[in-house]
Amino acid sequence: MPGVNAEFLALPLTTLADAALSRARELGAEYAALRVVSTRGQFLALQDLDLETSITSDDVGLAVRVVHDGCWGFAAGIVLSPEEAARLAERAVEVARASRPVSTERVVLADEPAYPDRQWSSPYETDPFDVPDAEKVATLLDLTERLKAGDGVAHTRTSFQAVRENVFYADLAGTSTTQTRVRIEPELTATAVDRSTGSFETMRTLAPPAAAGWEYVTSADTDLVGEIAEIPELLAAKIKAASVRAGDYDLVIDGSNLFLTIHESIGHATELDRVLGYEAAYAGTSFATFDKLGTFQYGSPVMNVTGDRDTDWGLASVGWDDEGVAGQHWDIVKDGILVGYQTDRAMAALKDLGRSNGAAYADSARHVPLQRMVNVSLQPDPEGGTLDDLVGQVENGIYVVGDKSWSIDMQRYNFQFTGQRFFAIENGRLSGQLRDVAYQATTTDFWRSMEAVGGPSTFYRGGALNCGKAQPGQVSPASHGTPAALFRGVRILNTVQEGGR
Amino acid sequence: MARLDSPQDIVEAALGAATTDGTVVIVTDRSEANLRWANSSLTTNGEMSSRSVTVIATNGSGGGASAGVVGRTVTDADAVRELVAEAEAAARAADPAPDAAPLVTPDQAGVGSDFALEPETTSVGAFAQVAADLGEAFAAGGPDRQHFGFAEQVVDSVYLGTSTGLRLRHVQPTGRLEMNAKNADWSASSYLAFTLRDPAEADVAAADADLARRLGWAERRLDLPAGRYETILPPTALADLLVEAYWESGARAADEGRSAYSGKLGERLSRLPLELFSDPTRPGLECAPFVLAAASTADTSVFDNGLPLPRQDVLAQGELVSLTGSRAYAASHETPIRLESDNLVLEAPGATGGLDDLVASTQRGLLLSTVWYVRVVDPQTLLLTGLTRDGVYLVEDGEVVGAVNNFRWNESPLDVLDRITEVGATERCYPREWGDYFTRAAMPPVRVSDFNMSSVSAAQ
Repeated sequence: MPGVNAEFLALPLTTLADAALSRARELGAEYAALRVVSTRGQFLALQDLDLETSITSDDVGLAVRVVHDGCWGFAAGIVLSPEEAARLAERAVEVARASRPVSTERVVLADEPAYPDRQWSSPYETDPFDVPDAEKVATLLDLTERLKAGDGVAHTRTSFQAVRENVFYADLAGTSTTQTRVRIEPELTATAVDRSTGSFETMRTLAPPAAAGWEYVTSADTDLVGEIAEIPELLAAKIKAASVRAGDYDLVIDGSNLFLTIHESIGHATELDRVLGYEAAYAGTSFATFDKLGTFQYGSPVMNVTGDRDTDWGLASVGWDDEGVAGQHWDIVKDGILVGYQTDRAMAALKDLGRSNGAAYADSARHVPLQRMVNVSLQPDPEGGTLDDLVGQVENGIYVVGDKSWSIDMQRYNFQFTGQRFFAIENGRLSGQLRDVAYQATTTDFWRSMEAVGGPSTFYRGGALNCGKAQPGQVSPASHGTPAALFRGVRILNTVQEGGR
Repeated sequence: MARLDSPQDIVEAALGAATTDGTVVIVTDRSEANLRWANSSLTTNGEMSSRSVTVIATNGSGGGASAGVVGRTVTDADAVRELVAEAEAAARAADPAPDAAPLVTPDQAGVGSDFALEPETTSVGAFAQVAADLGEAFAAGGPDRQHFGFAEQVVDSVYLGTSTGLRLRHVQPTGRLEMNAKNADWSASSYLAFTLRDPAEADVAAADADLARRLGWAERRLDLPAGRYETILPPTALADLLVEAYWESGARAADEGRSAYSGKLGERLSRLPLELFSDPTRPGLECAPFVLAAASTADTSVFDNGLPLPRQDVLAQGELVSLTGSRAYAASHETPIRLESDNLVLEAPGATGGLDDLVASTQRGLLLSTVWYVRVVDPQTLLLTGLTRDGVYLVEDGEVVGAVNNFRWNESPLDVLDRITEVGATERCYPREWGDYFTRAAMPPVRVSDFNMSSVSAAQ
């Protein structure tokens, strides 16, 4: 495994830290941290067989964040010199001073041990940026040609995203960490067009984004080739499928769809910064208010949800977060009860929660670290059944596969999701596909209606690279492992009727 | 990385090092400052500077050219030479690009005269007055009107140079003020936002007074069920619907039958004579008057960098007259093409009156504040879903009589356009949902019949 990026390690990181931290200490900062962040990203997109977009970019910068007289201050720049690092420390203290008259809260940070001189990297075998672009494009073209050759496939769209993120963090307490994270997402979509009716349908691969290198694209475990082979027939059946009759149905939701519902209705709802109002004007607040901690019935007793930054396949996994807190693993919902939040150091101290569970992240040097979503996963039932066992418990229902459209309100109550494909369930067996399906529910009604979670054989490692939050806007990646699960009596909409047609 | 050369030196160093048939260099120096507040206290504030350099190397000529695109935070001229080498290697390895076209010449672009000027900057000091006014609003509101929000100023100084001799500069200030007020138990919320070119345009006190007026409306709370309602959309809500409609209006997808716009060119989308257009010279919404594309996408091309952007119509007299595409696409198809631009305006010629006038002439209907979490549900019809947010008010006999619950709605902007029954005067507005990507809009408040509120949301 290549590990921590060698080029990044060769930068004068310690010199920059010394310059910034000593200046911040002289100016009386209670807390000061220097981050140097170097992120390389690539995005490739093919429309049919044309390479439509190809961009490789490197974003490099450094930032100093301080707590001074109980106020946050932050300044960021791009010149990696000791002079600039010291200047940014001064600017950060200046910003904190300017905030003092209009700040009523005093910032205090939860304690964390010091981690001097540590390194960590996510697991990857082949750095995607060590693979020549021509080879990457040829591999994607080959996959695309296979998909495009399928009967009834009129158009294809293929995209590929890779990120290598290097972060150096050093603070006044003596922590100094250098980390590399690599993530990747290949995605292929087929479109069928019925010119006679003016209708069209799409179907996309379900291989999730992964904390992995280029090897993920071609591995037998990912099996993009196998998935692509099945899509044309599934798509042909979808465009001919009956339009769903709106009403209440029992649903078996595959992990490939449920991961996003977890992200939106549990992941975001249990972010403590939202609960406390820090995102109220933008991302929103949460119905899962602090008074509910330890007693609130979030879902049915089969619901067990963990938060973590330490599973090896997790997109949010790190050695230490952007406030120097080590990666951890904890319960968010236990036997259906709300028992935990995702925190950073200031909020953990504010609410007397003890140590931060390490959810701080900034997507670049020029952005402030804040509490971001960790890996939030629904635990399978160790004794649980297969997908067939879940389907077998439904008389008249729908099996939902793959994520597509999503939307949820600012307190995380009312959500609406669509999917890649929907199969009717009749008398305990899968039947043909349905079209124009969306499911709509209130978060707690939905999770309380979960009658059974599947066993380990139904487990899917979902995730997203593009979670958005904060102002200025920041993106972050997170994984969501989940089994398939059975829900009773969920409202199904017909999206054509919703459009008034 | 220990030296900061000027953007002009970076452009010239890159062009000087270039060896392929064509080269485009875009240097963007960004200076930004912001204030954020919650629970009537400042939270995360900052001051940042950054730079992105994009080198586009083209190999071959005309329609057969290939392109390599590499971007990086480059601070000195030596490092940009490496970037040129990488872009050129990418261009040589690539197949001919689908959007290839000859690079734009000074004759086509018109010659910029300000290329030699330095980048412009901002600092947290630009918000001194806003911060002071906020302090007063926080004190005045007390626990019964708690404040949350964000103020930001971003100044991008963009330098574009090409091997065909273009030397263009564009300075883009982008600012916003978003203010949200909540009552003591957060059961009522009001919100106002402003697109600003300069923080000096902000009027925090006036906004706070309007936020307080709206919280007052919410002192009477009514519950309404899901259903179709006559609805007054304020400019920000209409902007969020139409910006999405604008982004989805790509020519290639429509021509290939995989878009809600397929077959719609020349159709009348609104019974009213609405004009929907982009115009880089629009006062208060000024944006780059030429193409700046750091990557090619479905409907934009790096080969078009520097091409002038005049006023371009989307709807004329309510009729769809163009779709978005590149110069190369326009050359090989009959579809009337417009180039993507960075502002959007809807006007009804001769329309007058504001939101309060629409309220006054309403017998019974809903008045929205903003829409939120807008996503495409069905691309065949461009059916969107989203929520109402921070204040839905019931209007009866020309007056707001109370606040009602929030709703999840499902609507296509293409259908909404045809159900607009009354239009006010166009004003500059901030598209809340898309504000991280698109801030420059001017829209009228409108009355829409039968707006589909699909279900009630318990969010407050």
